[in-house]
Amino acid sequence: MNAPLTAKEFKSDYKPVWCPGCGDYSVLAAITKALANLGLRPENVAVVSGIGCSSRIPAYTSCYGFHGVHGRSLAAATGLKVARPDLTVLVASGDGDGYSIGGNHFLHACRRNVDLTYIVMDNHVYGMTKGQPSPTTEPDWSSKLAPGGTGLREFHPLVIALASGANFIARAFSGDPNGAAALIEQAVRHPGFSFVEVLSPCVTFRPEQRSWKERAHPAPVAPTDDPARAARRLMTDDGFNIGVLYQGRRPPYRSPVAATKSAPGALAAAFELKEARA
Amino acid sequence: MKKKQKPDLPQGAYADFMARAYAMELEAVERYGQFAEQLDSHNNREVAEMFRKLSQVESLHAKRILEEMRWPSVPALPVAYAWETPEGPETAAFESAHYLMQPYHALEIALQCELQAQRYFEDIADGEAPKRVREAAAEMAEEEREHVRLIRAWMKKVPKPSAGWDRDPDPPRDGE
Repeated sequence: MNAPLTAKEFKSDYKPVWCPGCGDYSVLAAITKALANLGLRPENVAVVSGIGCSSRIPAYTSCYGFHGVHGRSLAAATGLKVARPDLTVLVASGDGDGYSIGGNHFLHACRRNVDLTYIVMDNHVYGMTKGQPSPTTEPDWSSKLAPGGTGLREFHPLVIALASGANFIARAFSGDPNGAAALIEQAVRHPGFSFVEVLSPCVTFRPEQRSWKERAHPAPVAPTDDPARAARRLMTDDGFNIGVLYQGRRPPYRSPVAATKSAPGALAAAFELKEARA
Repeated sequence: MKKKQKPDLPQGAYADFMARAYAMELEAVERYGQFAEQLDSHNNREVAEMFRKLSQVESLHAKRILEEMRWPSVPALPVAYAWETPEGPETAAFESAHYLMQPYHALEIALQCELQAQRYFEDIADGEAPKRVREAAAEMAEEEREHVRLIRAWMKKVPKPSAGWDRDPDPPRDGE
């Protein structure tokens, strides 16, 4: 039997290039800790992402990785999990990638309930492209790119996840990497589509988010498996409740067609490539 | 059948305490190492080097604990999130780093961490733990006090950042 791995062994040799102080460093630490605590091995885990600061994560892990196109990480991850149900599939995204261009995929991933863990690093801004407002940006956040603010109501990811059928919904905070690791661990263990929203400050474009440390607090109530109760809790959510909101009992999606492992060369034979080469 | 542990290896509350102290040092080693890499990525070599030194200092403490305990390998560590604080008392928060920070800032972070560690051990030394644990905690608190003195002395040798140290001539975000 293989000895359990440490968090360090889930990190790759690539050094992250996020801004010093970025919350995403902490999320990377939380993910690698969670994978180590789960007793998994890198060759049995795939980390899929889209585009943005947060989406760099696959390269920084020693797991299989897929750095896909903007907003489409869930589509790629869904295909992967259905084809390879034996793999643990984590999906990394940000509020721009996941809730804007990827918003539609988010709804349907919740609805389909494929056994994935979706980790969204939410900093309420497009950091990689220099500070444009994202779907979760406050309406009155004024910047050079949106003078006076957008005036638009924020997207509420937990409400959308619950309404769309996600089977596990939690909020973590990057200022507590060990707490975030514990939540990610629970999310991976929970069958079906698990959604973990991680408040992860962008210290460069939203330096005021350093104060999130004072605002984040443990949710005062225990997780529920009752969606109506979870919905009522969300009505009074201040956006900084940390913990598990909802743990559903919906069985995860199972592909009606059993996945089969092809023998080497089978695909080429199927397409008669061998003959063509000959 | 369960393998018998060597009789001369420390066990019980004392060993648990030392394992925790070891975990605390390891977390600090790792975090300073991460800060060094972050600052390297942003070409702030001087501070990266400072964090590397701090990481080395903490790794010496970790090594000393291992030697003292005569653990043949790394012990089963207490679960990391069993700390009363989000991370270990000697671990600097990720958000403490800044790409334009100066060596003085790195030492400020280290000072804060050493003070937290000192208070952590003092609380155990003054608490109701078994005698051997309290004695070990008092010894470690004294060590941390010594580190506090050393870091304060070090801070006197590096320039204090002037106002506007974080002003970037080519800022990532322009005036709003």
